[in-house]
Amino acid sequence: MSADVSESAPAPAAPATRRKRRGVRRGDGLWPWAFVLPLLAGVLVFYIWPILQTAFYSFTTWGVFGGFKWSGLDNYSRLFTDPQLYRSLLNTLIYTAVVLLGVPIAAWLASLLNTPGLRFAQFYRVLFFLPYVAMPAAVALVWRMIFNGDYGILNWALSRIGITGPSWVNTPGFALAAVAVVGLWSSLGFSMIVLGAGLKNIPTELYEAAELDGASRFRQFRSITLPQLAPSVFFVIVVTTIASFQLFDLLYALLGNHNAVLPKTMSLVYYFYDAGFVQNDKGFAAAIAMVIFVLIGLVTLVQFRLQRRWTGNA
Amino acid sequence: MPRTRRRRQSHALIHLVLGVGGLIMAFPFLWQIVMSLSTNAEVQSVTPTFWPAHLQWQNYAAVFQRLPFLSQLWTSVLITVIRTLAQIVLCTLAGYAFARMRFRGRAVLLGLVLSILLVPSQAYLISQYQIVQGLGWLNTLAGIVAPGLFSAYGTFLMRTAFLNLPAELEEAARIDGSGPLRTFWSVLLPVVRPSISVLAISAVLWSWNELLWPLVVSTRATQMPLSAALATLAGDVTVNYPVLMAASLLAMAPILILFILLQRRVIDGLASSGLK
Repeated sequence: MSADVSESAPAPAAPATRRKRRGVRRGDGLWPWAFVLPLLAGVLVFYIWPILQTAFYSFTTWGVFGGFKWSGLDNYSRLFTDPQLYRSLLNTLIYTAVVLLGVPIAAWLASLLNTPGLRFAQFYRVLFFLPYVAMPAAVALVWRMIFNGDYGILNWALSRIGITGPSWVNTPGFALAAVAVVGLWSSLGFSMIVLGAGLKNIPTELYEAAELDGASRFRQFRSITLPQLAPSVFFVIVVTTIASFQLFDLLYALLGNHNAVLPKTMSLVYYFYDAGFVQNDKGFAAAIAMVIFVLIGLVTLVQFRLQRRWTGNA
Repeated sequence: MPRTRRRRQSHALIHLVLGVGGLIMAFPFLWQIVMSLSTNAEVQSVTPTFWPAHLQWQNYAAVFQRLPFLSQLWTSVLITVIRTLAQIVLCTLAGYAFARMRFRGRAVLLGLVLSILLVPSQAYLISQYQIVQGLGWLNTLAGIVAPGLFSAYGTFLMRTAFLNLPAELEEAARIDGSGPLRTFWSVLLPVVRPSISVLAISAVLWSWNELLWPLVVSTRATQMPLSAALATLAGDVTVNYPVLMAASLLAMAPILILFILLQRRVIDGLASSGLK
Protein backbone atom coordinates (compact mmCIF):
# COMPACT_ATOMS: atom_id res chain seq x y z
CA MET A 1 0.00 0.00 0.00
CA SER A 2 1.71 3.17 -1.12
CA ALA A 3 0.24 6.46 -0.15
CA ASP A 4 -0.08 8.92 -2.98
CA VAL A 5 1.34 11.99 -1.43
CA SER A 6 1.23 14.39 -4.35
CA GLU A 7 -2.46 15.22 -4.08
CA SER A 8 -2.56 15.55 -0.37
CA ALA A 9 -1.31 19.08 0.14
CA PRO A 10 -3.50 20.59 2.81
CA ALA A 11 -6.12 23.16 2.01
CA PRO A 12 -4.33 26.48 1.95
CA ALA A 13 -4.87 28.07 5.30
CA ALA A 14 -7.65 30.50 4.55
CA PRO A 15 -7.73 33.72 6.48
CA ALA A 16 -10.00 32.19 9.01
CA THR A 17 -11.24 32.40 12.52
CA ARG A 18 -9.68 30.25 15.18
CA ARG A 19 -12.45 27.74 15.01
CA LYS A 20 -12.17 27.28 11.29
CA ARG A 21 -8.48 26.73 11.52
CA ARG A 22 -9.06 23.97 14.01
CA GLY A 23 -11.29 22.42 11.40
CA VAL A 24 -8.42 22.39 8.95
CA ARG A 25 -6.11 20.86 11.56
CA ARG A 26 -8.37 17.88 12.07
CA GLY A 27 -7.17 16.17 8.94
CA ASP A 28 -3.78 16.43 7.37
CA GLY A 29 -4.84 14.34 4.41
CA LEU A 30 -2.43 11.59 3.46
CA TRP A 31 0.64 13.42 4.70
CA PRO A 32 0.72 11.70 8.11
CA TRP A 33 0.71 8.35 6.37
CA ALA A 34 3.63 9.28 4.20
CA PHE A 35 5.51 10.24 7.35
CA VAL A 36 4.59 7.20 9.39
CA LEU A 37 4.43 4.43 6.84
CA PRO A 38 8.14 3.73 6.25
CA LEU A 39 8.73 3.19 9.96
CA LEU A 40 5.47 1.38 10.46
CA ALA A 41 6.18 -1.09 7.67
CA GLY A 42 9.53 -1.98 9.18
CA VAL A 43 8.12 -2.29 12.67
CA LEU A 44 5.33 -4.56 11.47
CA VAL A 45 7.61 -6.81 9.43
CA PHE A 46 10.59 -6.99 11.78
CA TYR A 47 8.99 -6.65 15.21
CA ILE A 48 5.24 -7.12 15.47
CA TRP A 49 5.09 -10.12 13.17
CA PRO A 50 8.14 -11.81 14.78
CA ILE A 51 6.77 -11.50 18.29
CA LEU A 52 3.49 -13.07 17.22
CA GLN A 53 5.36 -15.76 15.36
CA THR A 54 7.63 -16.48 18.31
CA ALA A 55 4.61 -16.86 20.55
CA PHE A 56 3.23 -19.34 18.01
CA TYR A 57 6.54 -21.20 17.63
CA SER A 58 6.70 -21.73 21.37
CA PHE A 59 3.89 -24.25 20.87
CA THR A 60 5.67 -26.16 18.10
CA THR A 61 8.45 -28.67 17.76
CA TRP A 62 11.04 -28.43 15.01
CA GLY A 63 12.60 -31.24 13.07
CA VAL A 64 16.30 -31.36 12.37
CA PHE A 65 15.78 -30.44 8.72
CA GLY A 66 13.40 -27.58 9.35
CA GLY A 67 9.64 -27.79 9.36
CA PHE A 68 7.62 -27.82 12.55
CA LYS A 69 4.56 -29.40 14.01
CA TRP A 70 2.13 -28.19 16.63
CA SER A 71 3.00 -29.72 19.97
CA GLY A 72 0.84 -27.79 22.40
CA LEU A 73 2.38 -27.15 25.75
CA ASP A 74 5.20 -29.67 25.30
CA ASN A 75 7.94 -27.06 25.17
CA TYR A 76 6.67 -25.40 28.30
CA SER A 77 6.34 -28.59 30.30
CA ARG A 78 9.80 -29.60 29.17
CA LEU A 79 11.12 -26.14 30.00
CA PHE A 80 9.70 -25.98 33.49
CA THR A 81 11.12 -29.38 34.38
CA ASP A 82 14.53 -28.48 32.95
CA PRO A 83 16.99 -27.74 35.78
CA GLN A 84 18.93 -25.60 33.30
CA LEU A 85 16.09 -23.06 33.29
CA TYR A 86 16.32 -22.56 37.05
CA ARG A 87 20.10 -22.56 36.94
CA SER A 88 20.06 -19.87 34.24
CA LEU A 89 17.44 -17.85 36.05
CA LEU A 90 19.45 -18.03 39.27
CA ASN A 91 22.62 -16.99 37.45
CA THR A 92 20.80 -14.06 35.89
CA LEU A 93 19.47 -12.99 39.28
CA ILE A 94 22.89 -13.26 40.91
CA TYR A 95 24.45 -11.24 38.11
CA THR A 96 21.71 -8.59 38.41
CA ALA A 97 22.13 -8.40 42.17
CA VAL A 98 25.88 -7.84 41.89
CA VAL A 99 25.47 -5.16 39.23
CA LEU A 100 22.84 -3.44 41.39
CA LEU A 101 25.40 -3.32 44.22
CA GLY A 102 27.03 -0.71 42.03
CA VAL A 103 24.13 1.71 42.54
CA PRO A 104 25.02 2.80 46.10
CA ILE A 105 28.69 2.96 45.12
CA ALA A 106 27.73 5.10 42.15
CA ALA A 107 25.64 7.36 44.39
CA TRP A 108 28.59 7.86 46.72
CA LEU A 109 31.02 8.60 43.88
CA ALA A 110 28.47 10.92 42.26
CA SER A 111 28.13 12.91 45.47
CA LEU A 112 31.91 13.25 45.65
CA LEU A 113 32.00 14.32 42.02
CA ASN A 114 29.35 16.95 42.73
CA THR A 115 31.50 18.71 45.32
CA PRO A 116 31.32 22.41 44.46
CA GLY A 117 34.54 23.79 43.01
CA LEU A 118 36.11 20.37 42.47
CA ARG A 119 38.76 20.44 39.77
CA PHE A 120 39.04 17.84 37.01
CA ALA A 121 35.40 16.82 37.55
CA GLN A 122 34.82 16.48 33.80
CA PHE A 123 37.95 14.35 33.49
CA TYR A 124 36.66 11.94 36.15
CA ARG A 125 33.26 11.81 34.46
CA VAL A 126 34.91 10.71 31.23
CA LEU A 127 37.05 8.09 32.99
CA PHE A 128 34.11 6.51 34.76
CA PHE A 129 31.90 6.61 31.67
CA LEU A 130 34.51 5.12 29.36
CA PRO A 131 33.65 1.45 30.09
CA TYR A 132 29.99 2.12 29.32
CA VAL A 133 30.65 3.16 25.73
CA ALA A 134 33.39 0.61 25.03
CA MET A 135 32.50 -2.43 22.93
CA PRO A 136 31.65 -5.33 25.29
CA ALA A 137 33.20 -7.94 23.04
CA ALA A 138 36.49 -6.04 22.95
CA VAL A 139 36.52 -5.17 26.62
CA ALA A 140 35.85 -8.78 27.56
CA LEU A 141 39.03 -9.87 25.80
CA VAL A 142 41.20 -7.77 28.12
CA TRP A 143 39.33 -8.96 31.17
CA ARG A 144 39.92 -12.54 30.05
CA MET A 145 43.63 -11.81 30.15
CA ILE A 146 43.37 -10.09 33.54
CA PHE A 147 41.46 -13.09 34.91
CA ASN A 148 43.76 -15.67 33.30
CA GLY A 149 44.62 -18.38 35.81
CA ASP A 150 48.27 -18.83 34.85
CA TYR A 151 49.56 -15.42 33.87
CA GLY A 152 46.73 -13.01 34.61
CA ILE A 153 47.67 -9.87 36.50
CA LEU A 154 44.89 -10.46 39.04
CA ASN A 155 46.33 -13.76 40.19
CA TRP A 156 49.79 -12.26 40.18
CA ALA A 157 48.54 -9.49 42.52
CA LEU A 158 46.83 -12.09 44.72
CA SER A 159 50.02 -14.16 44.86
CA ARG A 160 51.81 -11.10 46.31
CA ILE A 161 49.60 -11.42 49.36
CA GLY A 162 49.88 -15.17 49.50
CA ILE A 163 46.68 -16.20 47.75
CA THR A 164 46.67 -18.64 44.88
CA GLY A 165 43.92 -17.48 42.56
CA PRO A 166 41.79 -19.89 40.54
CA SER A 167 41.46 -20.04 36.81
CA TRP A 168 38.65 -17.51 37.05
CA VAL A 169 36.67 -17.98 33.89
CA ASN A 170 37.01 -21.76 33.98
CA THR A 171 35.70 -22.34 37.49
CA PRO A 172 31.89 -22.27 37.81
CA GLY A 173 31.31 -19.97 40.78
CA PHE A 174 34.24 -17.71 39.99
CA ALA A 175 33.32 -17.41 36.33
CA LEU A 176 29.96 -15.87 37.19
CA ALA A 177 31.62 -13.60 39.73
CA ALA A 178 34.12 -12.49 37.10
CA VAL A 179 31.35 -11.69 34.61
CA ALA A 180 29.41 -9.80 37.28
CA VAL A 181 32.44 -7.72 38.24
CA VAL A 182 32.92 -6.70 34.63
CA GLY A 183 29.20 -5.91 34.40
CA LEU A 184 29.48 -3.74 37.48
CA TRP A 185 32.56 -2.05 36.08
CA SER A 186 30.87 -1.21 32.80
CA SER A 187 27.59 0.11 34.22
CA LEU A 188 28.95 2.14 37.13
CA GLY A 189 29.63 5.28 35.11
CA PHE A 190 26.13 5.42 33.71
CA SER A 191 24.54 5.17 37.18
CA MET A 192 26.94 7.80 38.45
CA ILE A 193 26.00 10.31 35.79
CA VAL A 194 22.25 9.81 36.22
CA LEU A 195 22.48 10.02 40.01
CA GLY A 196 24.82 12.99 39.73
CA ALA A 197 22.26 14.83 37.60
CA GLY A 198 19.62 13.97 40.22
CA LEU A 199 21.79 15.36 43.00
CA LYS A 200 22.45 18.54 41.07
CA ASN A 201 18.73 19.14 40.73
CA ILE A 202 18.09 19.23 44.47
CA PRO A 203 17.54 22.89 45.39
CA THR A 204 20.28 24.10 47.73
CA GLU A 205 17.71 26.16 49.65
CA LEU A 206 16.44 22.92 51.17
CA TYR A 207 19.80 22.29 52.77
CA GLU A 208 20.18 25.90 53.84
CA ALA A 209 16.80 25.78 55.56
CA ALA A 210 17.67 22.48 57.23
CA GLU A 211 20.98 23.93 58.36
CA LEU A 212 19.15 26.84 59.99
CA ASP A 213 16.85 24.39 61.75
CA GLY A 214 19.92 22.65 63.09
CA ALA A 215 19.36 19.37 61.24
CA SER A 216 22.30 16.99 61.40
CA ARG A 217 24.14 15.76 58.31
CA PHE A 218 22.48 12.38 58.60
CA ARG A 219 19.05 13.96 59.07
CA GLN A 220 19.61 16.10 55.97
CA PHE A 221 20.58 13.04 54.00
CA ARG A 222 17.54 11.10 55.18
CA SER A 223 14.95 13.84 54.85
CA ILE A 224 16.20 15.77 51.81
CA THR A 225 18.72 13.88 49.72
CA LEU A 226 17.08 10.48 49.78
CA PRO A 227 13.51 11.49 48.89
CA GLN A 228 14.67 14.05 46.32
CA LEU A 229 16.96 11.52 44.71
CA ALA A 230 14.41 8.70 44.71
CA PRO A 231 13.22 9.20 41.10
CA SER A 232 16.78 9.02 39.77
CA VAL A 233 17.54 5.98 41.91
CA PHE A 234 14.40 4.37 40.61
CA PHE A 235 15.32 5.12 37.02
CA VAL A 236 18.83 3.71 37.43
CA ILE A 237 17.53 0.54 39.05
CA VAL A 238 14.95 -0.04 36.31
CA VAL A 239 17.41 0.48 33.48
CA THR A 240 20.14 -1.58 35.15
CA THR A 241 17.83 -4.44 36.01
CA ILE A 242 16.35 -4.68 32.53
CA ALA A 243 19.81 -4.55 30.94
CA SER A 244 21.17 -7.13 33.41
CA PHE A 245 18.31 -9.47 32.70
CA GLN A 246 19.47 -9.54 29.11
CA LEU A 247 23.04 -10.52 29.96
CA PHE A 248 24.66 -12.08 26.93
CA ASP A 249 27.52 -10.15 25.33
CA LEU A 250 29.87 -10.16 28.30
CA LEU A 251 29.19 -13.78 29.10
CA TYR A 252 29.73 -14.91 25.53
CA ALA A 253 32.88 -12.90 25.01
CA LEU A 254 34.39 -13.45 28.45
CA LEU A 255 33.87 -17.19 28.70
CA GLY A 256 34.01 -18.15 25.04
CA ASN A 257 31.34 -20.29 23.44
CA HIS A 258 32.99 -23.64 24.14
CA ASN A 259 33.71 -23.15 27.81
CA ALA A 260 32.97 -26.22 29.94
CA VAL A 261 31.54 -24.13 32.77
CA LEU A 262 28.84 -22.62 30.55
CA PRO A 263 26.01 -24.93 31.70
CA LYS A 264 26.62 -23.79 35.27
CA THR A 265 27.18 -20.18 34.37
CA MET A 266 24.87 -19.34 31.48
CA SER A 267 22.25 -16.64 31.74
CA LEU A 268 18.67 -16.86 30.51
CA VAL A 269 19.52 -15.18 27.23
CA TYR A 270 22.50 -17.47 26.75
CA TYR A 271 20.22 -20.43 27.40
CA PHE A 272 17.90 -19.06 24.71
CA TYR A 273 20.78 -18.54 22.27
CA ASP A 274 22.13 -22.00 22.95
CA ALA A 275 18.77 -23.69 22.39
CA GLY A 276 17.84 -21.69 19.30
CA PHE A 277 21.09 -21.25 17.45
CA VAL A 278 23.48 -23.90 18.78
CA GLN A 279 21.14 -26.86 19.41
CA ASN A 280 18.81 -25.56 16.68
CA ASP A 281 15.80 -26.35 18.85
CA LYS A 282 13.76 -23.35 17.71
CA GLY A 283 10.43 -24.20 19.31
CA PHE A 284 12.02 -24.72 22.69
CA ALA A 285 14.05 -21.53 22.30
CA ALA A 286 10.85 -19.64 21.48
CA ALA A 287 9.39 -20.88 24.76
CA ILE A 288 12.47 -19.59 26.61
CA ALA A 289 12.08 -16.25 24.83
CA MET A 290 8.48 -16.03 26.03
CA VAL A 291 9.60 -16.75 29.59
CA ILE A 292 12.21 -13.96 29.36
CA PHE A 293 9.55 -11.65 27.96
CA VAL A 294 7.14 -12.39 30.82
CA LEU A 295 9.88 -12.05 33.45
CA ILE A 296 11.02 -8.68 32.16
CA GLY A 297 7.39 -7.58 32.01
CA LEU A 298 6.91 -8.62 35.64
CA VAL A 299 10.07 -6.87 36.78
CA THR A 300 8.98 -3.69 35.04
CA LEU A 301 5.51 -3.91 36.54
CA VAL A 302 6.79 -4.47 40.08
CA GLN A 303 9.24 -1.63 39.74
CA PHE A 304 6.58 0.79 38.55
CA ARG A 305 4.41 -0.22 41.49
CA LEU A 306 7.32 0.46 43.81
CA GLN A 307 7.97 3.76 42.13
CA ARG A 308 4.50 4.97 43.02
CA ARG A 309 5.19 4.18 46.64
CA TRP A 310 8.66 5.73 46.62
CA THR A 311 7.98 8.96 44.92
CA GLY A 312 4.44 9.61 46.09
CA ASN A 313 3.13 9.53 42.56
CA ALA A 314 4.58 8.62 39.23
CA MET B 1 42.00 30.89 56.61
CA PRO B 2 41.20 27.64 58.39
CA ARG B 3 38.06 27.16 56.38
CA THR B 4 39.69 27.10 52.95
CA ARG B 5 42.40 24.90 54.33
CA ARG B 6 39.88 22.39 55.58
CA ARG B 7 38.18 22.54 52.24
CA ARG B 8 41.46 21.93 50.46
CA GLN B 9 42.12 18.92 52.64
CA SER B 10 38.71 17.42 51.97
CA HIS B 11 39.20 18.06 48.27
CA ALA B 12 42.46 16.15 48.44
CA LEU B 13 40.61 13.21 49.95
CA ILE B 14 37.95 13.36 47.25
CA HIS B 15 40.61 13.46 44.57
CA LEU B 16 42.19 10.41 46.14
CA VAL B 17 38.95 8.42 46.04
CA LEU B 18 37.98 9.54 42.55
CA GLY B 19 41.54 9.09 41.31
CA VAL B 20 41.81 5.53 42.56
CA GLY B 21 38.32 4.77 41.24
CA GLY B 22 39.14 6.33 37.89
CA LEU B 23 42.35 4.33 37.68
CA ILE B 24 40.40 1.12 38.24
CA MET B 25 38.00 2.15 35.47
CA ALA B 26 40.83 2.95 33.08
CA PHE B 27 43.13 0.09 34.08
CA PRO B 28 41.83 -2.52 31.61
CA PHE B 29 42.33 -0.09 28.73
CA LEU B 30 45.85 0.82 29.87
CA TRP B 31 46.73 -2.80 30.43
CA GLN B 32 45.42 -3.62 27.00
CA ILE B 33 47.70 -1.01 25.47
CA VAL B 34 50.68 -2.49 27.33
CA MET B 35 49.82 -6.03 26.21
CA SER B 36 49.25 -4.96 22.63
CA LEU B 37 52.83 -3.66 22.52
CA SER B 38 54.40 -6.74 24.11
CA THR B 39 55.58 -10.02 22.68
CA ASN B 40 53.45 -13.11 23.10
CA ALA B 41 56.01 -14.48 25.56
CA GLU B 42 55.85 -11.33 27.66
CA VAL B 43 52.08 -11.49 27.84
CA GLN B 44 52.28 -15.11 28.96
CA SER B 45 54.97 -14.69 31.59
CA VAL B 46 53.90 -15.38 35.15
CA THR B 47 55.36 -12.12 36.40
CA PRO B 48 53.58 -9.45 34.39
CA THR B 49 55.64 -7.29 32.09
CA PHE B 50 54.55 -3.82 33.04
CA TRP B 51 56.60 -2.30 30.29
CA PRO B 52 57.69 -4.39 27.29
CA ALA B 53 61.43 -4.57 26.61
CA HIS B 54 60.82 -3.40 23.04
CA LEU B 55 57.58 -1.84 21.91
CA GLN B 56 56.14 -4.25 19.38
CA TRP B 57 54.40 -1.83 17.02
CA GLN B 58 54.25 -4.51 14.36
CA ASN B 59 51.43 -6.15 16.35
CA TYR B 60 49.19 -3.45 14.96
CA ALA B 61 50.31 -4.16 11.44
CA ALA B 62 49.70 -7.86 12.06
CA VAL B 63 46.05 -7.10 12.83
CA PHE B 64 45.59 -6.08 9.21
CA GLN B 65 47.75 -8.88 7.80
CA ARG B 66 46.54 -11.85 9.84
CA LEU B 67 42.89 -11.01 10.30
CA PRO B 68 40.28 -9.83 7.78
CA PHE B 69 40.24 -6.70 9.90
CA LEU B 70 39.75 -4.15 7.15
CA SER B 71 36.66 -5.79 5.72
CA GLN B 72 35.22 -6.23 9.21
CA LEU B 73 35.94 -2.61 10.02
CA TRP B 74 34.24 -1.64 6.80
CA THR B 75 31.19 -3.75 7.71
CA SER B 76 31.01 -2.11 11.12
CA VAL B 77 31.27 1.36 9.62
CA LEU B 78 28.62 0.63 7.00
CA ILE B 79 26.06 -0.89 9.35
CA THR B 80 26.57 1.94 11.82
CA VAL B 81 26.23 4.69 9.25
CA ILE B 82 23.27 3.13 7.46
CA ARG B 83 21.35 2.38 10.64
CA THR B 84 22.02 5.75 12.17
CA LEU B 85 20.89 7.63 9.07
CA ALA B 86 17.85 5.40 8.63
CA GLN B 87 16.83 5.81 12.26
CA ILE B 88 17.21 9.56 12.07
CA VAL B 89 15.08 9.83 8.96
CA LEU B 90 12.41 7.26 9.84
CA CYS B 91 12.06 8.11 13.52
CA THR B 92 12.02 11.84 12.94
CA LEU B 93 9.33 11.60 10.30
CA ALA B 94 7.18 9.21 12.32
CA GLY B 95 7.80 11.02 15.57
CA TYR B 96 6.67 14.25 13.95
CA ALA B 97 3.48 12.74 12.56
CA PHE B 98 2.65 11.04 15.87
CA ALA B 99 3.21 14.24 17.80
CA ARG B 100 1.87 16.90 15.49
CA MET B 101 -0.53 15.48 12.93
CA ARG B 102 -3.98 14.06 13.23
CA PHE B 103 -5.04 10.97 11.43
CA ARG B 104 -7.24 7.99 11.92
CA GLY B 105 -5.75 5.25 14.06
CA ARG B 106 -2.93 7.39 15.33
CA ALA B 107 -3.26 6.25 18.94
CA VAL B 108 -3.46 2.59 18.00
CA LEU B 109 -0.46 2.74 15.70
CA LEU B 110 1.58 4.66 18.23
CA GLY B 111 0.69 2.09 20.88
CA LEU B 112 1.73 -0.67 18.50
CA VAL B 113 5.13 0.91 17.87
CA LEU B 114 5.79 1.70 21.52
CA SER B 115 4.69 -1.74 22.68
CA ILE B 116 7.81 -3.26 21.18
CA LEU B 117 9.86 -1.28 23.69
CA LEU B 118 8.61 -3.64 26.38
CA VAL B 119 9.70 -6.79 24.59
CA PRO B 120 13.26 -8.05 24.98
CA SER B 121 15.11 -8.44 21.70
CA GLN B 122 15.38 -12.23 22.05
CA ALA B 123 11.67 -12.57 21.56
CA TYR B 124 12.09 -11.37 17.96
CA LEU B 125 15.30 -13.09 17.15
CA ILE B 126 14.21 -16.45 15.76
CA SER B 127 11.61 -14.99 13.49
CA GLN B 128 13.81 -12.12 12.36
CA TYR B 129 16.42 -14.70 11.50
CA GLN B 130 13.91 -16.61 9.39
CA ILE B 131 12.80 -13.48 7.56
CA VAL B 132 16.38 -12.58 6.76
CA GLN B 133 17.06 -16.18 5.75
CA GLY B 134 13.95 -16.21 3.55
CA LEU B 135 15.14 -13.08 1.80
CA GLY B 136 18.48 -14.76 1.15
CA TRP B 137 20.23 -12.17 3.27
CA LEU B 138 22.25 -14.38 5.60
CA ASN B 139 25.89 -13.32 5.56
CA THR B 140 25.06 -10.08 3.81
CA LEU B 141 25.20 -6.49 4.88
CA ALA B 142 21.47 -6.15 4.28
CA GLY B 143 20.78 -8.97 6.72
CA ILE B 144 22.89 -7.49 9.49
CA VAL B 145 21.50 -4.02 8.99
CA ALA B 146 17.83 -4.82 8.47
CA PRO B 147 15.93 -4.96 11.78
CA GLY B 148 18.03 -2.18 13.29
CA LEU B 149 16.87 0.36 10.71
CA PHE B 150 13.69 0.79 12.68
CA SER B 151 13.65 2.00 16.23
CA ALA B 152 10.71 2.33 18.57
CA TYR B 153 12.94 4.05 21.09
CA GLY B 154 13.95 6.63 18.49
CA THR B 155 10.33 7.23 17.55
CA PHE B 156 9.46 7.73 21.20
CA LEU B 157 12.39 10.12 21.64
CA MET B 158 11.51 12.21 18.59
CA ARG B 159 7.81 12.25 19.37
CA THR B 160 8.56 13.64 22.83
CA ALA B 161 10.84 16.26 21.28
CA PHE B 162 8.13 17.40 18.86
CA LEU B 163 5.43 17.33 21.55
CA ASN B 164 7.41 19.80 23.61
CA LEU B 165 7.47 22.45 20.90
CA PRO B 166 5.02 25.34 21.12
CA ALA B 167 2.09 25.13 18.69
CA GLU B 168 2.65 28.71 17.50
CA LEU B 169 5.81 27.66 15.74
CA GLU B 170 4.10 25.55 13.17
CA GLU B 171 0.91 27.58 13.01
CA ALA B 172 2.95 30.56 11.96
CA ALA B 173 4.54 28.52 9.22
CA ARG B 174 1.19 27.22 8.04
CA ILE B 175 -0.25 30.69 7.89
CA ASP B 176 2.72 31.72 5.82
CA GLY B 177 1.57 29.08 3.40
CA SER B 178 4.19 26.38 3.73
CA GLY B 179 3.08 22.78 3.35
CA PRO B 180 3.68 20.01 5.90
CA LEU B 181 6.94 18.91 4.40
CA ARG B 182 8.35 22.41 4.33
CA THR B 183 7.10 23.21 7.81
CA PHE B 184 8.67 20.03 9.03
CA TRP B 185 11.95 20.53 7.26
CA SER B 186 12.73 24.18 7.73
CA VAL B 187 10.81 25.18 10.84
CA LEU B 188 10.57 22.24 13.22
CA LEU B 189 13.56 20.10 12.37
CA PRO B 190 16.18 22.69 13.31
CA VAL B 191 14.57 23.09 16.73
CA VAL B 192 14.72 19.40 17.66
CA ARG B 193 18.37 19.03 16.70
CA PRO B 194 19.49 18.18 20.28
CA SER B 195 17.14 15.18 20.36
CA ILE B 196 18.35 14.08 16.94
CA SER B 197 21.88 14.06 18.24
CA VAL B 198 20.85 11.93 21.22
CA LEU B 199 19.20 9.54 18.78
CA ALA B 200 22.31 9.50 16.60
CA ILE B 201 24.62 8.85 19.56
CA SER B 202 22.64 5.91 20.83
CA ALA B 203 22.21 4.48 17.34
CA VAL B 204 25.95 4.68 16.68
CA LEU B 205 26.88 3.15 20.02
CA TRP B 206 24.39 0.37 19.87
CA SER B 207 25.11 -0.48 16.25
CA TRP B 208 28.86 -0.53 16.67
CA ASN B 209 28.81 -2.64 19.83
CA GLU B 210 25.92 -4.99 19.10
CA LEU B 211 26.82 -8.67 19.31
CA LEU B 212 23.95 -11.15 19.33
CA TRP B 213 22.26 -10.31 16.03
CA PRO B 214 25.39 -10.14 13.86
CA LEU B 215 26.60 -13.33 15.51
CA VAL B 216 23.42 -15.08 14.46
CA VAL B 217 23.13 -13.85 10.86
CA SER B 218 26.77 -13.85 9.85
CA THR B 219 29.01 -16.87 9.95
CA ARG B 220 31.60 -15.86 7.40
CA ALA B 221 34.50 -14.02 9.02
CA THR B 222 34.83 -11.49 6.23
CA GLN B 223 31.17 -10.46 6.45
CA MET B 224 31.13 -9.97 10.20
CA PRO B 225 31.26 -6.66 11.96
CA LEU B 226 34.09 -6.23 14.46
CA SER B 227 32.01 -7.03 17.53
CA ALA B 228 31.09 -10.51 16.31
CA ALA B 229 34.52 -11.10 14.81
CA LEU B 230 36.30 -10.39 18.09
CA ALA B 231 33.93 -12.55 20.08
CA THR B 232 34.47 -15.46 17.68
CA LEU B 233 38.22 -14.99 17.74
CA ALA B 234 38.36 -15.14 21.52
CA GLY B 235 38.73 -18.90 21.75
CA ASP B 236 40.97 -19.17 18.69
CA VAL B 237 44.40 -20.37 19.79
CA THR B 238 46.11 -19.56 16.53
CA VAL B 239 45.81 -15.84 17.12
CA ASN B 240 48.44 -14.54 19.45
CA TYR B 241 47.41 -12.46 22.42
CA PRO B 242 49.18 -9.18 21.65
CA VAL B 243 47.63 -9.15 18.17
CA LEU B 244 44.23 -9.87 19.68
CA MET B 245 44.69 -7.00 22.14
CA ALA B 246 45.73 -4.68 19.33
CA ALA B 247 42.72 -5.75 17.29
CA SER B 248 40.27 -5.13 20.10
CA LEU B 249 41.80 -1.73 20.83
CA LEU B 250 41.47 -0.81 17.18
CA ALA B 251 37.88 -2.05 17.19
CA MET B 252 36.99 0.20 20.13
CA ALA B 253 39.06 3.15 18.97
CA PRO B 254 36.58 4.89 16.65
CA ILE B 255 33.88 5.00 19.33
CA LEU B 256 36.26 5.94 22.12
CA ILE B 257 37.72 8.78 20.05
CA LEU B 258 34.23 9.98 19.14
CA PHE B 259 33.25 9.79 22.79
CA ILE B 260 36.25 11.77 23.98
CA LEU B 261 35.64 14.43 21.35
CA LEU B 262 31.94 14.78 22.16
CA GLN B 263 32.10 13.71 25.80
CA ARG B 264 29.72 16.21 27.31
CA ARG B 265 27.06 15.71 24.70
CA VAL B 266 27.36 11.91 24.77
CA ILE B 267 27.27 11.63 28.55
CA ASP B 268 24.38 14.02 29.06
CA GLY B 269 22.48 12.68 26.07
CA LEU B 270 22.72 9.05 27.13
CA ALA B 271 22.09 9.80 30.77
CA SER B 272 18.91 11.68 29.98
CA SER B 273 17.67 9.03 27.58
CA GLY B 274 18.85 6.06 29.57
CA LEU B 275 19.20 3.60 26.82
CA LYS B 276 22.08 1.46 25.81
